[in-house]
Amino acid sequence: MNRYQQTFERLKKEDKIAFIPFWMLGDPNPEASLEAVKTIAEQADILELGLPFSDPLADGPTIQAAVNRSLQAGMNTEKCLEQIMIIRADFPEKPIGLLVYLNLVLQYGINRFFTDCKKTGIDSILIPEMPVEEIKLVESAAQENQIDLVFLLSTNTPQDRRQKIYDHSGGFVYTVSKPSITGAKTDLSDDTLALVQELKSQTDLPICVGFGISTPEHIKALKKAGADGAIIGSELINIYQKEGLEALNDFALSCASST
Amino acid sequence: MTNFIENSGGHFGEFGGCFAPELLQPVLRKVTQTFEKFKTSTTLQSEFNELLRNFAGRPTPIYHAKNYSPKNGAQIWVKREDLLHGGAHKTNNVIGQALIAREMGAKYLIAETGAGQHGIATAMAGAHFNLPVKVFMGAKDVARQQVNVERMRLLGAEVISVDTGSSSLKDAINEAMRYWISHAEDTYYMFGTAAGPHPFPELVARFQRVIGDEARAQILEQTGKLPAQVLACVGGGSNAIGIFQAFLEDKETKLVGVEPAGDNIKHGLTIGRGVTGCLHGSISKVNCDENGQIEESHSISAGLDYPGVSPIHAYLDQLGDAQYVGITDDEAMEALLKFSRCEGIIPALESSHALAEAFKRADKMNADEILMVNLSGRGDKDLHTVFEYLEKS
Repeated sequence: MNRYQQTFERLKKEDKIAFIPFWMLGDPNPEASLEAVKTIAEQADILELGLPFSDPLADGPTIQAAVNRSLQAGMNTEKCLEQIMIIRADFPEKPIGLLVYLNLVLQYGINRFFTDCKKTGIDSILIPEMPVEEIKLVESAAQENQIDLVFLLSTNTPQDRRQKIYDHSGGFVYTVSKPSITGAKTDLSDDTLALVQELKSQTDLPICVGFGISTPEHIKALKKAGADGAIIGSELINIYQKEGLEALNDFALSCASST
Repeated sequence: MTNFIENSGGHFGEFGGCFAPELLQPVLRKVTQTFEKFKTSTTLQSEFNELLRNFAGRPTPIYHAKNYSPKNGAQIWVKREDLLHGGAHKTNNVIGQALIAREMGAKYLIAETGAGQHGIATAMAGAHFNLPVKVFMGAKDVARQQVNVERMRLLGAEVISVDTGSSSLKDAINEAMRYWISHAEDTYYMFGTAAGPHPFPELVARFQRVIGDEARAQILEQTGKLPAQVLACVGGGSNAIGIFQAFLEDKETKLVGVEPAGDNIKHGLTIGRGVTGCLHGSISKVNCDENGQIEESHSISAGLDYPGVSPIHAYLDQLGDAQYVGITDDEAMEALLKFSRCEGIIPALESSHALAEAFKRADKMNADEILMVNLSGRGDKDLHTVFEYLEKS
């Protein structure tokens, strides 16, 4: 069993869902970022980490700002992987997912990227602008290095494509709460909760929901709907920016206790 | 060769693809399906052709630029897309895409714009088809293309100034994509160039094909022979692919794309100096640093100021079926001034890149040879830039 399977197995026994915080590596600078990631990782079941890319077209203002801070602080792909290696050493059991835009992978070299990700202990990679139809590009590199590919799936993804996504996904299905870019939102739509129930009836893959998840109440609602995990990104960044590390820790704690 | 674009399914060798977020995949599929319907529908095609004729003013003429041509060199002819309604070739594309949008049942149109020409064309099409338009434009371009901003507003469009990233065309595209992700149900994104995710490269190439189809027939009719070379400026590359397509099977005709070399340090030479990468939905050549961060481009012409390029051009370059060269800001400006004064036509700064390259080449060629330049737009929009340049030098 890989780290994802072990984690979801454990959560099932504990009757919990996964708290999956997202952090942009290097935000607001490499040192503070490492500290923030370690803080949230304590509470996390799974970590989702982003590599900063200058043109993140699936991301809203909060993550764009995080990217800008990270790049201005001199972050790049190699430094990100070095940081992940440190995080991996501190948290040997927790699955680490990477969110990376395609151009960063292409410039690093597809095979080299997946090989180095494996070395640092990354479990899955999500390339937000790569639909399942274009998977050929990275599939063999992923398989050779036993890295799961995670895909986005939304309320408007038609059934025939959902099946393709299940067929090629590993780790979990990253379900998007509703068609939008990333960012903290106030309410969770009924559509999303209905989608979770629908997906659960179609696949055995864990269903985790992200984009717009921002409160412990959202996590509780997702659990009730049968989801396997909740991904929170923008709100963590907002809280850290406004109130600092201690508030980030408190928020992560309250999220973790709502699973 | 001509059908390689249509039969590609969006992949041109290693280039192209549909690298857009999952949230856009359903709407992109709908665009593809509607475009397939257009390709087989004589009704839609005749509506397209009728609008090109009576709304846009096609066919545009070709013109022998005798005064601009060198004394004992090749003769330069220009395809007068500057005479098209709206002042540039962009109108061909928006008429076609507005028909697609209408067929899809879209209620709103959005577009990105750099120089403002595609924004104006979209605003015109929106007015004609009675569809409200939002145009995303980099804050930097809003400042340097004020007249075009006013034209868009006059036509009823809302201009949204984008100040994220580098506040230029690439950021306007990012914002338009982000907006589309949240509004794909009732909104159609009029992509301005033959780049972006499938089916846009193919779609835009199809709607711009009319330029080359006309030009090839016209030059044969008027001179009895084909041009030795066809030249066009390349930013994203829609006017170039528009004129190139008709000549792809003509072995005696060389195709030359002219990219902006800027001041030679800062530039927009995407094919010239870029690497294979992914920006805005397709794999093509891009200008980025070694880590993959997209670099700001530079050109005196806002319409060529883009760090990406059509995957179709990246492919033609790789095959050797077209050649891509660079012209500097200074050379383009010189061509604009010279062409204006000796021919009585003010070319757009974008098109002036192709004119500059044509003159260089014509000088070394025989007088019985023809160079065809796509004069993709008129230069009235550039007056401010021209006078600023003249004051400095």
